[in-house]
Amino acid sequence: MPLSREHQQRFQKALYARGWAGYNWPVEYGGTGWSLVQKYLFQKEMADANMPAIVPFGLGMVGPIIYTYGSAEQKQRFLPDILASNTWWCQGYSEPGSGSDLASLKTRAERDGDHYIVNGTKTWTTLAQHADWIFCLVRTSSDSARRQDGISFLLVDMATPGVSVRPIITIDGSHEINEVHFDAVRVPRDNLVGEEGKGWTYGKVLLQHERTGTAGVARTQYRLRELRAQAGRSVRGAAPLSNDANFMRKIAAVEVELKALEYTELRTLAAVTSGKAPGAESSILKFKGTELQQAVDELYLEAAGYYALPYVPEQYVYDFPDQDRVGEGVETDAAPRYFNFRKASIYGGSNEIQKNIIAKHVLGL
Amino acid sequence: MDFSLNEFQAMLSDSVAKFVSNEYDFETRQASAAAPRGFNDAIWQNFCDLGWTALPFSEAEGGLDGGPIETMLLMQHFGRGLVVEPYLANIVLAGGVLRRLASDTQKSRWLAPIIAGELQAALAFAEPQSRYDIGDIGTTATRDADGWLINGSKAVVLNGGNAELLIIPAVLDGVSLFAVAADTDGVTRRRYSTVDGATAAEITLRNVRVDSGALLGTAGDGLATLEAVLDEAILAVCAEGVGIMQALTEKTVEYSKNRVQFGVPIGSFQALQHRMVDMFTATEQSYSLLLWATMASAAAADDAKRAVSAIKYQIGTAGKRVGQEAVQLHGGMGMSWEFDVGHYFKRLTVIGQLFGNADWHLDRLAQ
Repeated sequence: MPLSREHQQRFQKALYARGWAGYNWPVEYGGTGWSLVQKYLFQKEMADANMPAIVPFGLGMVGPIIYTYGSAEQKQRFLPDILASNTWWCQGYSEPGSGSDLASLKTRAERDGDHYIVNGTKTWTTLAQHADWIFCLVRTSSDSARRQDGISFLLVDMATPGVSVRPIITIDGSHEINEVHFDAVRVPRDNLVGEEGKGWTYGKVLLQHERTGTAGVARTQYRLRELRAQAGRSVRGAAPLSNDANFMRKIAAVEVELKALEYTELRTLAAVTSGKAPGAESSILKFKGTELQQAVDELYLEAAGYYALPYVPEQYVYDFPDQDRVGEGVETDAAPRYFNFRKASIYGGSNEIQKNIIAKHVLGL
Repeated sequence: MDFSLNEFQAMLSDSVAKFVSNEYDFETRQASAAAPRGFNDAIWQNFCDLGWTALPFSEAEGGLDGGPIETMLLMQHFGRGLVVEPYLANIVLAGGVLRRLASDTQKSRWLAPIIAGELQAALAFAEPQSRYDIGDIGTTATRDADGWLINGSKAVVLNGGNAELLIIPAVLDGVSLFAVAADTDGVTRRRYSTVDGATAAEITLRNVRVDSGALLGTAGDGLATLEAVLDEAILAVCAEGVGIMQALTEKTVEYSKNRVQFGVPIGSFQALQHRMVDMFTATEQSYSLLLWATMASAAAADDAKRAVSAIKYQIGTAGKRVGQEAVQLHGGMGMSWEFDVGHYFKRLTVIGQLFGNADWHLDRLAQ
């Protein structure tokens, strides 16, 4: 379950104090300047230590967009606070009518002197309730033949009059996502990143980043190790689950698939490190990664048995006293997590869209 | 084969279908789930007035003499409507035990008020260590003066937090079942919501003293009764599951016809069409197995027990696929609490966990 803004910030500031917040960033903007291999190892160590995930919207997404395409003024203005996790960002891409077909987006930004006037609605906006800023894909022109050409990349202060946030509760009962409305919101033209009409290109870079970022092999492997460990123990006097050969075979089968994906990721890493473009294999990382994440969630559910049923949201926070828990270890939030992570095959370009891309661009169909 | 319904069955099916479509929309259901006891008292009373709580009981018990087929018809429509009122806990589980074992005195004390909607009941069939093995019972009953002293823990007792009557399996000459008033000294309950919008409780019994009138049936009768009642409960939740799968398949097909992306309804994409055909097929196959299993049970056929495991395995596997696909094809809408699809998916998931998951029943079939 997501941490509070305060806890998440405390964690990211601890990384910042170590110089690791910008593990993905170049040295000149305060990052580590690490090689791909170093970044990979850092992510793996973080996963193996069961560290929280970095909320990606600032450090992983808009930061790199700004230092790659932003003006000198924008770099100076935004990057230090992103790096130090002083500001919280969210991502305004999807709209009620534009999910998989993102290029159909309708949120308009019309010029008015030194400002844009923004009108429209973004949806499924993760953690917008905490956000100081939102980066948006907005339509600045409807003139060009390619729908993608009229889209621009705009930074909007969430405190601007006319911006409102409506919570969307997900089926597990948590509040992670939101609808963000823009009602005649005046945004200075200085907040446009790069060139007007080039937003799609910048945004696509982000989506590609999201594809490799969500493979999450090491985190899934960590969860599977936790499950194996619990299966080997007696819980509340029951026979250990490891006595059940069927169940252990299922764990082993997912382990095999995860090992395959780990080496697929390493092949990509090796190609890029030796100066080649990432191979076709990199295209399967996102959808396969989420499939395996969800396969492990299903195994947790199986392990929990009847203890998948209790819905006790207050015990999903890290400091809930053990003696008051209903269910133990992997059982504790098995079902809510299983429900919540059905999102993983939907967000960041659904698995169906990923397969369309592979069919078209990798297989040439 | 004759699958036609008799007059009573057709009338019952029709009246439950009408209730669900006219009086139990998604908002009503959500309001029920959000009520203090996790269901709506007036709706429960309505079920009593309509005779549905009397369905499986004999005329002598004040019932309508219904059997597995009648329960199937009702539960299938309850599935379509995602009815959260505790029919399973009160009528199928607790009622199933009382119908089989209770004396006339016990029936008038416990069963009559359940049928009338004046009393909530629960059957504590699981323990913290038992997983799906109903014979794995650590709770004990020892003789004490003219009654018994009960000690033990019960896990995830459906409707256990609401119940005034708890039916407690305990070890005494084998397994025996006891009717325990929930307010008896020594009974402690931790009540919680369940992920499907209903409620359950962890129950601890410490030196709970009950009198001789608490034993249901004869000492040692408990396990066979539990097995029979849980088999009925499996058929009931599988019927509910089939209703849910039908609803999810219809809703997904409908959504795909209306949701436009890339300038066309997403239902025009062949990749999605085939997946909806798979949902439809899984649902039809499940319904077929449900009919076999329910009819085998109604006829007390030799293979009735295997049929119960077969349908539970089917709902566990096919239900999971249909639920996941319904959410996936609805995209973000399927993930939203405000929208019904995710709640159908969650109830289907819980049904998969109840009374033995798919693997548990496949093991039974493999033996």
